[in-house]
Amino acid sequence: MGQTLYQKIYQSHVVGKLNPSTDLLYVDRHLIHEVTSPQAFSGLRLAGRKVRRTDLTFATMDHNVSTQRRSLDAAGETSRKQLEALAENCAESQIPILDLTHPDQGIVHVIGPEQGLTQPGMIIVCGDSHTSTHGAFGALAFGIGTSEVEHVLATQTLPQQQAKTLKVEINGELSPHVTAKDVIMAVIGELGTAGGNGYVAEFCGETIRALSMESRMTLCNMSIEMGAKAGLIAPDEITFAYLEGKAHAPGAEHWSAAVSYWQSLQSDSDAVFDKTVVIDASTIAPQVTWGTSPEQVIAVDTPVPAPESFSDETKRHAAERALQYMGLTAGQKLTDCKVDVVFIGSCTNSRIEDLRAAASVVGTKKVAAGVRALVVPGSGIVKRQAEAEGLADIFKNAGFEWREPGCSMCLGMNDDRVAAEERCASTSNRNFEGRQGRGARTHLVSPAMAAAAAIAGKFVNIAKGDWA
Amino acid sequence: MSTIFTSGLICPLDKNNVDTDQIIPKQFLTSVSRDGFAEALFYDWRYLADGSPNPEFVLNYPQYQGASILLTRANFGCGSSREHAPWALQQYGFQVIIAESFADIFFNNSVNNGMLLIQLSKTNIELLFNRCAQGSQHWQIDLASQEIMFGNNAAMGFNIDADIKQRLLSGLDFIGSSEQLASQITAYEQQRKASMPWLG
Repeated sequence: MGQTLYQKIYQSHVVGKLNPSTDLLYVDRHLIHEVTSPQAFSGLRLAGRKVRRTDLTFATMDHNVSTQRRSLDAAGETSRKQLEALAENCAESQIPILDLTHPDQGIVHVIGPEQGLTQPGMIIVCGDSHTSTHGAFGALAFGIGTSEVEHVLATQTLPQQQAKTLKVEINGELSPHVTAKDVIMAVIGELGTAGGNGYVAEFCGETIRALSMESRMTLCNMSIEMGAKAGLIAPDEITFAYLEGKAHAPGAEHWSAAVSYWQSLQSDSDAVFDKTVVIDASTIAPQVTWGTSPEQVIAVDTPVPAPESFSDETKRHAAERALQYMGLTAGQKLTDCKVDVVFIGSCTNSRIEDLRAAASVVGTKKVAAGVRALVVPGSGIVKRQAEAEGLADIFKNAGFEWREPGCSMCLGMNDDRVAAEERCASTSNRNFEGRQGRGARTHLVSPAMAAAAAIAGKFVNIAKGDWA
Repeated sequence: MSTIFTSGLICPLDKNNVDTDQIIPKQFLTSVSRDGFAEALFYDWRYLADGSPNPEFVLNYPQYQGASILLTRANFGCGSSREHAPWALQQYGFQVIIAESFADIFFNNSVNNGMLLIQLSKTNIELLFNRCAQGSQHWQIDLASQEIMFGNNAAMGFNIDADIKQRLLSGLDFIGSSEQLASQITAYEQQRKASMPWLG
């Protein structure tokens, strides 16, 4: 019987067995940031351990940096302490860091690929659940907790058990204005937030093959929102073209050997998956979440569902609670719903392609009166490119705030927050209660949908040409 | 040695999909310490906007003060990988969480802190909630025999991964046990360097 891509990567990283069900796997890249690493370094110090592979560990500052000023204290005293702790820990262990003075600083899941640190066939971990993003390159990438961060720092390995395999095959052509964000939201709507628990998902099919690397990253990024341990896409020419010439990608002396290895990273044709889902992409319309879980999602022009429409009692109760929190009523159309805040950014949608999509919707139009709109590029590289392409001017002329890179309003660990009962069209990944601020009402959308909401002051169906 | 993992009061949290943003909101994540998270647990549910305790939240009910076992429903701990979530639960006093299912990262994080997470069928979870509805409950959790004991010889069995059971019973050092494979790690690194030098 053949092997899946996941099984191949898993097997090639087995260092040894810890017990009959648990393997010790080697970690090729360990990405760290300020929030989930300080206690791991303290733990190392207490136990008298050292960082084993400082050359395979890379740090950035992203979660609680200010997006208005590039100074460590700009987002408050506790943030400053945490950012300084990361800088000190990296200095002491000689771990390379993209700090606030570095021109390429940015969100960990944007910079990893951008720097060429993310490569096919690798195992990549980070103390952040959206590490699944890197699966877009055919790397096995997943989020870990702080105890595991400490374990990887000390040993460059991690104990693991084999996960089940889920195949998500997506075929058909996407309709105009429908993006990878809409696809993954539709998949989560179908499978539910726990549908992937215990599985590593591999996305395949003709729709996936046609996607750019940025779109693939958006797709894999939100695999965690259906509970999957990781999302994977087999590497191909699009992947290799993206990587060639990146700072940490294999150089000319190793390039052809690397590519020939990467080409072997495919699920075998006779590989058996534990579960398979087939999706027709041509039926997917622009998506918007209406509730407080990513699975509570609808096509933008369909009415908000009534709790009674859910046969499952659990989902019915969740819908009742969500409608109350979100200040919505069943049957209401989101296209009649005013927005107060628009956030374009996050590790899901802050790459150059996302900003191009948003800017093309904005054009010469203006942000609606009463709407606060932010664009937060994912990294210094994205920011400079967007400025060079004139995208930043499009946003600024329209009335968007053009910010410095960071996680920003996705989770509001810095001072970018949504106030209680404010409604936010957000290109981020989680619409949980209080995620963007206590009482904040988050609607997840694609960058183009967010830009359109900023212009119209309400949600619109961008698939219809006459919305503006 | 006692095989009783925990003996204590149950707090029923009748919710599905409790995410780690609810377990501990982001404003508490800027700490560089591993301690001091008990007050932050379920903060937005536990306290009203003015900072006073929310009398309608189950953790604030007088009969559940001092609870050490949390009973909840499906997909508990979904969302962010923040280990602050199990830290907050543990520092508040919870040693055991019983649920229909858990999110993967949260599950690992909890086990790495020595907490016992018990997964039961939907039917059994329902039975446990029904027990709680009859009045406050003190249960004993026997990890060796894999049983939740309700008193009066009534009990419910549970399954647990053999490796996790061993780790919880013997208190194995998470990093130390992997370090025992040090020579294999070194050998792997040498082979990796030789066959794929571009990996670094």
